[in-house]
Parts: sequence; structure tokens; C-alpha cells
Amino acid sequence: MSDGPAPLERFWNGILPENPVYRQILGMCPTLAVTATMKSAMTMAAATGFVLICANIITAMIRNQLKAHLRILVFVLTIATFVTIADRVLAAYMYDMSKQLGPYIPLIIVNCLIICRCEVCASKQGVWTAICDAVGNSLGFALGLASMATVREILATGSWFDIHMFWLAGTPGEKFRWALMALPPGAFLTLGFLLGAGNWIGDAMAGKKKAQAA
Amino acid sequence: MKFLKQGWLVLVLATVFGVGLAAVDRALGPKIAENQKNETFGQIANLVPGGSAADTKEEIVAGQTVLKVYDARNRHVGWVITASGMGYADAIKALLGLNADATKITGIYILDQKETPNLGSKITTDWNKQYVGKNVLPPLTVVKTQPTKENEIEAISGATISSTSLTDIVNKAAETFAKNLAAETK
Repeated sequence: MSDGPAPLERFWNGILPENPVYRQILGMCPTLAVTATMKSAMTMAAATGFVLICANIITAMIRNQLKAHLRILVFVLTIATFVTIADRVLAAYMYDMSKQLGPYIPLIIVNCLIICRCEVCASKQGVWTAICDAVGNSLGFALGLASMATVREILATGSWFDIHMFWLAGTPGEKFRWALMALPPGAFLTLGFLLGAGNWIGDAMAGKKKAQAA
Repeated sequence: MKFLKQGWLVLVLATVFGVGLAAVDRALGPKIAENQKNETFGQIANLVPGGSAADTKEEIVAGQTVLKVYDARNRHVGWVITASGMGYADAIKALLGLNADATKITGIYILDQKETPNLGSKITTDWNKQYVGKNVLPPLTVVKTQPTKENEIEAISGATISSTSLTDIVNKAAETFAKNLAAETK
């Protein structure tokens, strides 16, 4: 038996208690860069999830053969392979989205969330645990990106997933527009406020638990 | 032997992954190239009035691959050339439609740009209709007020660099092509 948290615990930890965006503060580059619209954020989350799951599976399968000083090299090699596959598949079947995301798909290679999960979980625990961990973290990452993109897209264009919000009159991007939210400063502001809110809720819940225990 | 003992896993993985990627590229490469070509051909009717994508042929003029555009009755109506150069944030790549003797701009389409969203990225909107109908010579210039002369383009407010970059790219590509075309047909 491998030591470390059980598969289900890994799964659940990835979604909320150790959320990649709000708790581990990993993968900030895509979190800031592609969350101007829901569509691009969810494409990024799906591509990252695919790479993370595949990389975790391969790493868990070869974990007993890994040499300690070569492990990072093997992780990067594995991740780069699946990122290239994801990039080509997007260019072939979602050409417009691939054009829109531009360099951010190849940049998944340097998303430290993936290398972190390989190092922390997949290189130490079995394939099943690694899959649970990867799925959990992918969902957590998607949740993080979705929360950012929801705030930014609604404030910047008055639409969500390109669906126009009915209470904001006019065509999207015309009457209601806070262009700053689609720009980099909007990303930093949103991340700051959401991180703050996340920490505040986390603290409040921890305080409640303590009060119950006392 | 010591190196093999240490590095065999890396070697094996690199080989396996390399073969895998080659297979993926073989499977998807044609589809991707087709997407890019479709995008270009899909714009022909917008770039050259009366142009028909089905009757258009690729041609090489002075080493540059361009599209010689014919209409449905097989009359040569214009050209589609690619124009690219540096924008404000990254390279801008555009398709430019020209009339048959390459003296007038008949259409423009931005293939690829990474300008600032909502500012420089407006070069992809109807703003670029300003270029349509302009003469290739004299070169276009960018102004910040209402244009008064025929060869003036009104800048996007807040994105003067993107506007001038695109105008320079258009000028350079159109002039070079017009010159080459004149030299070849002489």
C-alpha cells in the first residue's frame, strides 16, 4: 500500500480545500490571461485538465523507475507531449478558439499546477489515486477559472458564455461595458477580490468549526 | 553504461512520445492546413467584389504566393495577398484584396493579431472598412481627426500605434506587390 491521502480525499481536496487557484495559488498565468470570457476560460480548463490527467497517469505508471535527479526532466517531457497533442487537436477541431487562445495553449507546459500534482501525488502514489487527484484538481482549476471569467465577462460585456444578460439592455459590448475588466488590470483586480473573499470565507468556516469544538 | 543505467527511462519516453507526436501530426496536420486555407478562401468574396473562391488560383508573383481571383465568368477581377508585420503587441497578419491591376484596395481581413483587447483589437472590426476603396498610391497616412484627404485613415482612439502599424503593413504589402506585378507583366 502506498502512503499518503486516499483517492477520494485527493479528489475532494483538489476541488475545494486545496483549490489550485484559491488555495495553492498555482497556474496564475492562465487564471489572469484567458479569463476575459467564459468560452476561452472553459477551453483552457478542459485543455489543462486533459494534460493534467494524462501526465498524472503516465507519471504514476513509471513512478518506480524514476531517478530522483531526472524526475523533473521526465515530468516536463511528459507534459510537453500532451500539451502539443492538445494544441494540435484544438487547431484542427476548434480553429477559432485556438486562434483566440494563441500562445496560452503551448504555455500550459509551464503551468506549475501540473508539475506540482506530478511531484506531490503521481510520483508517490498509484495510478487510481493519481487519476482521482488529477480529476479533482482539474475540476478545482475549472471552478477557479469559471469564477474569474464569470465576474469579468459580465462586467466587461454584459454577457455570460456569450449569452446576453437580459437585465442589461442593448447589444453586448455596446450599452453596458466596463472595458477595464477585459484588460489585464481587470484580471488582477478580480483575482484580488476573489482571493480575499475566498480567504475570508475559509477563515469564517474555520472559526465556526473551532467554536463548535470548544 | 552508467549513463544508460541512469537515463534509459528518459530515452525510452522521448522515443515513445516522439513517435506518438509524429502520428498525431500526421493525422491532424492536413486538417489544420485545410482550416487555414479555408479561412483564406472563405474571405475571397469579401476581399474582392465578385470574386469566386472556386475559380481562384494560387500564383507566384516575384517569389510571393498570392491568389489570383476570378469571378464566376472567369474574368480576372483581382488579387488576394498576405500582408504581415509588427503591431503594438505582436505580429499582425492580414489578407489584402486588390483590384486586377493592383491600384486599389478592395478589401481587408485580419488573419492574426494579438493587440490589446478592446483597444488595438478593434482593427478586426468594421473600423478596417476605411481601407476599402483606397488607392494604393499615394501611401495611406493615419490622422487623429476626421479624415479630409482621400489617403487618410482615422486612428482608433487609444490605439494609435496599432492603427499606424496596420496602415504601414498595408502600404508596404500593397506597394511591393503592385511594383512586382508591374515588373512581371512588362
